[in-house]
Amino acid sequence: MATQTNLNANPTPTRDSAPTKWRELFIENLIRLAGISAVLIITLIFLFLLREGFPAFIEVPLSDLFSSRWYPIEDKFGLLPLLAGSLLVTIGAVVIAVPLGLTTAIYLGEIAPPWQREILKPFIEVLAGIPSIVLGFFGWVALAPLIQSMGAPSGLTAFTGSLILAYMALPTIISITEDALYAVPKEYRDGALAIGATQWQTIWRVVLPAARSGIVIAVMLGIGRAIGETMAVMLVTGNAANIPDLGLGALFQPVRTMTATIAAEMGEVAQGSLHYSVLFGIGIVLFLITFAINSLATYFVGGGGKRRRGGQI
Amino acid sequence: MTRQQSQRLAIWVITAVSAIVVLPILVVILYMLYNGIGTISWEFISQAPRNGMTEGGIFPALLGTIFLTLGTAVAAIPLGVGAAIYLAEYAGDNPLTRAIRLAIVNLAGIPSIVYGLFGLGMFVLFLNYGTSIIAGSLTLGLMTLPVIISTAEEAILSVPQEFRIVSLSLGATRWQTIRNQVLPHALPGIITGVILGLGRAAGETAPILFTVAAFYLPNLPQSIFDQSMALPYHLYVIATQVPGMPLGIQYGTALVLLFIVLSLTLVATLIRSTMRRRREW
Repeated sequence: MATQTNLNANPTPTRDSAPTKWRELFIENLIRLAGISAVLIITLIFLFLLREGFPAFIEVPLSDLFSSRWYPIEDKFGLLPLLAGSLLVTIGAVVIAVPLGLTTAIYLGEIAPPWQREILKPFIEVLAGIPSIVLGFFGWVALAPLIQSMGAPSGLTAFTGSLILAYMALPTIISITEDALYAVPKEYRDGALAIGATQWQTIWRVVLPAARSGIVIAVMLGIGRAIGETMAVMLVTGNAANIPDLGLGALFQPVRTMTATIAAEMGEVAQGSLHYSVLFGIGIVLFLITFAINSLATYFVGGGGKRRRGGQI
Repeated sequence: MTRQQSQRLAIWVITAVSAIVVLPILVVILYMLYNGIGTISWEFISQAPRNGMTEGGIFPALLGTIFLTLGTAVAAIPLGVGAAIYLAEYAGDNPLTRAIRLAIVNLAGIPSIVYGLFGLGMFVLFLNYGTSIIAGSLTLGLMTLPVIISTAEEAILSVPQEFRIVSLSLGATRWQTIRNQVLPHALPGIITGVILGLGRAAGETAPILFTVAAFYLPNLPQSIFDQSMALPYHLYVIATQVPGMPLGIQYGTALVLLFIVLSLTLVATLIRSTMRRRREW
């Protein structure tokens, strides 16, 4: 029995087969452990958020959590202003970033000559690399005064945040849309052009519809990117925990997001206090939102089950 | 409007919009360069802040960021490359593999501030490392993991199948094949991913807020269990928390941070493009 397994598992010469086999087994298990660690880590993250944040959902009545007043000093933990702030800034960012991102991806994928792509693609990567605190600092010293000079009462508004966030979400949207366009078979384009469509008609009527699902994923991941951003938003949105008034004017009021609230207040709370738990509770909400977005996007892609593999021969 | 006119108009609009995306990136970089370059000097790089941080340099913050980046590398590279090898060479098409891929996508999507909360809960409090370089490095390391895994897997998969077949047919074991044939050829791609990931980590603020970063420290950290200043947090502090902070120092700090992160990104991009040109298969 033992010899049989040995033959199947290990075709190496018998001379050094015993130590080689053990080393092989040890390393394979180590590598498998590294692979599984991704699942362990995400589970750990969720468990630790629950451990610190769960008391918030027990001790603060649900009606209080869904009230409109965030005033921790008086134990008022209404999350609505923060949710509204995050939502407003994210929607603003998406409205700006999606048209810009899709158009740039179309330019890169369908129109730009190769030499321009060679320059532009690393450039977009550079944008992805600029630290959020530097973009936030730019918004704080340059953009906010500019917006104020155009007539807003303060330059630190939801709109300023949306503008910065839009640029932070752009690299994600552009690169995923470009992949989606690239995946559209060349025959589709050739077919459209051959029956006399212009390049623009081909893009608009053939290529974009064919790349639809990839574009949806790009937008979803862009939203996920924007809603979790912290430092830039914290610097430029004015940090006022109020529910913005409805209407277009809402964009030009200061708001405060969930992420900025955690970042700004965690340093000042006593560990184990109710306020501390509520901040972790906000973390749980953020975790669940981004988890849902990313899992849904993965589901649309099809889970990557049919990937090319190296080891299987 | 004829078809030809709408074609011309569409191309013109698409080109213009792409310019709207690209130009602000240049503006941000040039703005920091123009305003910050006057502050940069050897003293600024090599001295500690003085006089309530309104004078002097950024040395402790710079050093802290270097330590944190090295710590991130130590924490993330073995695990990230290991996971990439598993996914590329060993994993079958089964529920476990799908769970791992789902976990990686989600690890990449978790907001950086949530990593900060996790680092506080696990490393600072539960493992009792306190606010320290090791807690910050581990937090940043976990955050960097998905970038390293996906780029390394891509690099490993791009090694031609023939290399593996020949190695195995000569009697090498699976691991010998991976170590002697696959990894050496995948190395430039793996290095690209590692540098990209570390560049991101070096610029991050939110994950280090509660795990390592100190507002101001009179002394340099003595061990990995000490707090440290860090460049991104230092920029946040001097931009918003210190009244009467000279603008020059703020711009200078932003410029140094931008320079570090962008040069890492640039090196990664260069390695990748040279590698593509030199590839022999």
